[in-house]
Amino acid sequence: MRYLPLTEADRRSMLGRIGVPSVESLYRDVPEFARLSAPVDLPAHLGELEVEREIASLAAKNLGSAAVPSFLGAGAYRHHIPASVDHLIQRGEFLTSYTPYQPEITQGTLQYLFEFQTQVCLITGMEVANASMYDGATATAEAVMMANRVTRRRRAVISGNLHPHYREVIATHARFHGFEMAAGDPSPGKPEDLIPLIGAETSCVVVQNPDFFGHLQDHGALGEACRKAGALLIVAVTEPVSLGLVESPGAMGADIVTGEGQPIGNSLGFGGPYLGLFAAREKYVRQMPGRLVGETADVEGKRGWVLTLSTREQHIRREKATSNICTNSGLCTLAFTIHLTLLGEAGFTRLAALNHATAVGLAERLGKIPGCKVLNDSFFNEFTLQLPKPAAEVVERLAERRILAGVPVSRLHPKRPELANLLLVAASECTTERDIAALEAGLKDVLR
Amino acid sequence: MVETPVPPTFTGNRGLMIEEPLIFEQGEAERCGVDLPDVPAHRERLGGLKRKGPIGLPGLAEPQVVRHYTRLSQKNYAIDMGLYPLGSCTMKHNPRLNEKMARLPGLADLHPMQPISTVQGALEIIDRVAHWLKTLTGMPAVAMSPAAGAHGELCGVMAIRAALDHRGEQRRRILVPESAHGTNPATAAACGFEVDSIPANDRGRVDLAAFDAKLGPDVAGIMITNPNTCGLFESDFARIAEDTHKVGGYVYADGANFNAIVGRVRPGDLGVDCMHINLHKTFSTPHGGGGPGSGPVVLSAALAPFAPLPYVVHGAKGFDLVEQDDGGQSFGRLKGFHGQMGMFIRALAYMMSHGADGLRQASGDAVLNANYLMAALSGDLSPAFEGPCMHEALFDDAFLKGTDVSTLDFAKAMIDEGFHPMTMYFPLVVHGALLMEPTETESKDSLDQFIGALQHLARRAKAGDTALFHEAPRLTPRRRLDETAAARRPVLRWRPPAPESQAAE
Repeated sequence: MRYLPLTEADRRSMLGRIGVPSVESLYRDVPEFARLSAPVDLPAHLGELEVEREIASLAAKNLGSAAVPSFLGAGAYRHHIPASVDHLIQRGEFLTSYTPYQPEITQGTLQYLFEFQTQVCLITGMEVANASMYDGATATAEAVMMANRVTRRRRAVISGNLHPHYREVIATHARFHGFEMAAGDPSPGKPEDLIPLIGAETSCVVVQNPDFFGHLQDHGALGEACRKAGALLIVAVTEPVSLGLVESPGAMGADIVTGEGQPIGNSLGFGGPYLGLFAAREKYVRQMPGRLVGETADVEGKRGWVLTLSTREQHIRREKATSNICTNSGLCTLAFTIHLTLLGEAGFTRLAALNHATAVGLAERLGKIPGCKVLNDSFFNEFTLQLPKPAAEVVERLAERRILAGVPVSRLHPKRPELANLLLVAASECTTERDIAALEAGLKDVLR
Repeated sequence: MVETPVPPTFTGNRGLMIEEPLIFEQGEAERCGVDLPDVPAHRERLGGLKRKGPIGLPGLAEPQVVRHYTRLSQKNYAIDMGLYPLGSCTMKHNPRLNEKMARLPGLADLHPMQPISTVQGALEIIDRVAHWLKTLTGMPAVAMSPAAGAHGELCGVMAIRAALDHRGEQRRRILVPESAHGTNPATAAACGFEVDSIPANDRGRVDLAAFDAKLGPDVAGIMITNPNTCGLFESDFARIAEDTHKVGGYVYADGANFNAIVGRVRPGDLGVDCMHINLHKTFSTPHGGGGPGSGPVVLSAALAPFAPLPYVVHGAKGFDLVEQDDGGQSFGRLKGFHGQMGMFIRALAYMMSHGADGLRQASGDAVLNANYLMAALSGDLSPAFEGPCMHEALFDDAFLKGTDVSTLDFAKAMIDEGFHPMTMYFPLVVHGALLMEPTETESKDSLDQFIGALQHLARRAKAGDTALFHEAPRLTPRRRLDETAAARRPVLRWRPPAPESQAAE
């Protein structure tokens, strides 16, 4: 077996040194009835070539979104990833390193995490950011629980235009962690007023910007209302590329910003692994979940970095920890930070502008198709298209023609028949004129 | 031997050890590492929310970026460089085939919300990984979506809560051995349970008398790591499980150490109700400097109905993905989309490469390597418990008594010898613990060198060479860092230096 270096001679000599006759005898603490005497009923080992053939044949049963015109978004976005990103994250010193518990020999990981935290602060307009969470949905649920701790209240107001997966993850935690949720109704493409839902028991208000339907909203007044009521404003960003063009949540008065980091540096990968962004006002730092990297100096006075404020964490505080999170999304974080470093101010803002311009062009074209209507006044790179028939059906028929037309809202809001004809359509710098023409022609044809 | 002092260099660099400033200290706003086309003319539709000020991101060209991260990478220790004996973390070789497979077109570029008809191969991969996990654990069901081990714990404990709620029972006490990972009590608390700890006995196992005394009809369940964090098999596990079931509780097994028994013992045979499996430990998906992980949870028939969404089923037209629970008992959703697909592909490549025979050999070699370490080091270090151990060897700090060298000092001296230290001061039930997990992917030569280095250090400590330890590490990019100062006045981000006019005032 190519991954196992011990030879039979090694094994014999090692067993001799230990003083036991066989490897099996090392398992003598396992009750006899539970010891398997032979391999389980699964296939035997395979060489690299065989494994490669088999997995490639499974991959070939899928329709990869890079191979066809694709307009999918709804919380996961395809952008061009520069070649150096994937090359650098595969350096063994990054790929095969553990959480940086020994700072003297993990300064590489610690420094990029410190840079990542700073980048996240800058794009979100916040004061502190952690070293990542699992994904945008779990980060948002953790933000709600943090707001409950900060305010010592247990009622969260949730926008009806929050991504349904985010809302559902919050609901799971609400049930088991014991807090209440007041959720608004979806209002595609329209502004939403959550201020009337805020009360004396409200710990936080959770909104998304751009929202699930692509709409952009100024949350300044909502933030003001939260402050007056002693609640925190949590803004979730599912498409961080938008932050290159749109006013930051921090500038709108957010207390906590969460986000999905996948669109920067990370491939779609059928939904994971991704990375959750988590940023907050500095005064709340000791209530934050997750790992934090801080600057310090070594005994020679040289600047260096360490994991810090770990008294919030499970390995120190056990049942009193701010979260049970341990492993986060280190390598996805590295891909994010490298991509954003390559982009820099000039590239990031231009990338965002390109996305918006492409989406505006796409919206104008699709809005002219008979029976179709763009519901948004404002959007970044994704908008809601109202179709004359159920969107799921249309998407299925276009998939047969090798066009991935978008995400039917019904896939995520199946219990709301009033949303069945809505299609979320996203564009990016990867979208070509040919892609747009293909979707336009396909839609006209299918809707005829 | 003459020791030549190293004179200071102009750059501060020391040969291959190169100082690297932050990206923010080498950026220029107009410089860019990507070339993007001009933005076409368009009518802006941002609803008046266009960003007003600059963001402040630094600009670097591609060669600068490549050099920056290459230099940073060289300040890290990694499995690719050497033995990484972090007990309980399972730092084994990460096959590169797995990386290649996860990047295949048709997998890396699959959007999670594509029509089900276009992702049949992806669902088949999830189903296949599920089949391997169920077969290896002897369990009837598995929840695939948890994102990491601690997330898997959350999943398992939520399933227990959901099952109790379904029974209409308000049990709130959960038993957790003192030797447990910190995630166990943190998870139980996050699910609304009260944690009641059980001490370990002098054999490093759950103290059965204490367990019996704490067991009662208000116990929701027990969270128990097996093999445990002392590197020992809980020989009374089946009895503990049976007794827990008798009072109506559930058995959560922490599968962090499943790699010791994979292919040799099925947790399902011991009475487990749920167990998370760290794909990044047992099935070698890379740790990546702290993730991403993946923590599928195998479930007993009693807990399977409460599994989270989504899950893969065999439908009329092939595989289907159940994303909504219509009238079912699922406790709900744990994360966005469907789970750590990239990790499933890597784990599948790993499992197929090993096969049933290779996985059994791998666990055997892991246990053999740990016992070899234990045997070879028992003369110089102090084993915490009598053997044999499973996949990791636990020592206490008795061998350092009277030397003025702590476990931490000893670990830092190992760094100068070119090794990543073992897990220290954990489990908490052992004084000054040193927990070493060599894994099956170390050769005998590599273990022998490691053993030699540890024997040398133990003898130096006993000989009173305390300076060697107190000043270690000396040969690293940074020496011991001031963690107290970092926590007292946290600097968690870079900020631009104050303009000179202000600084002068």
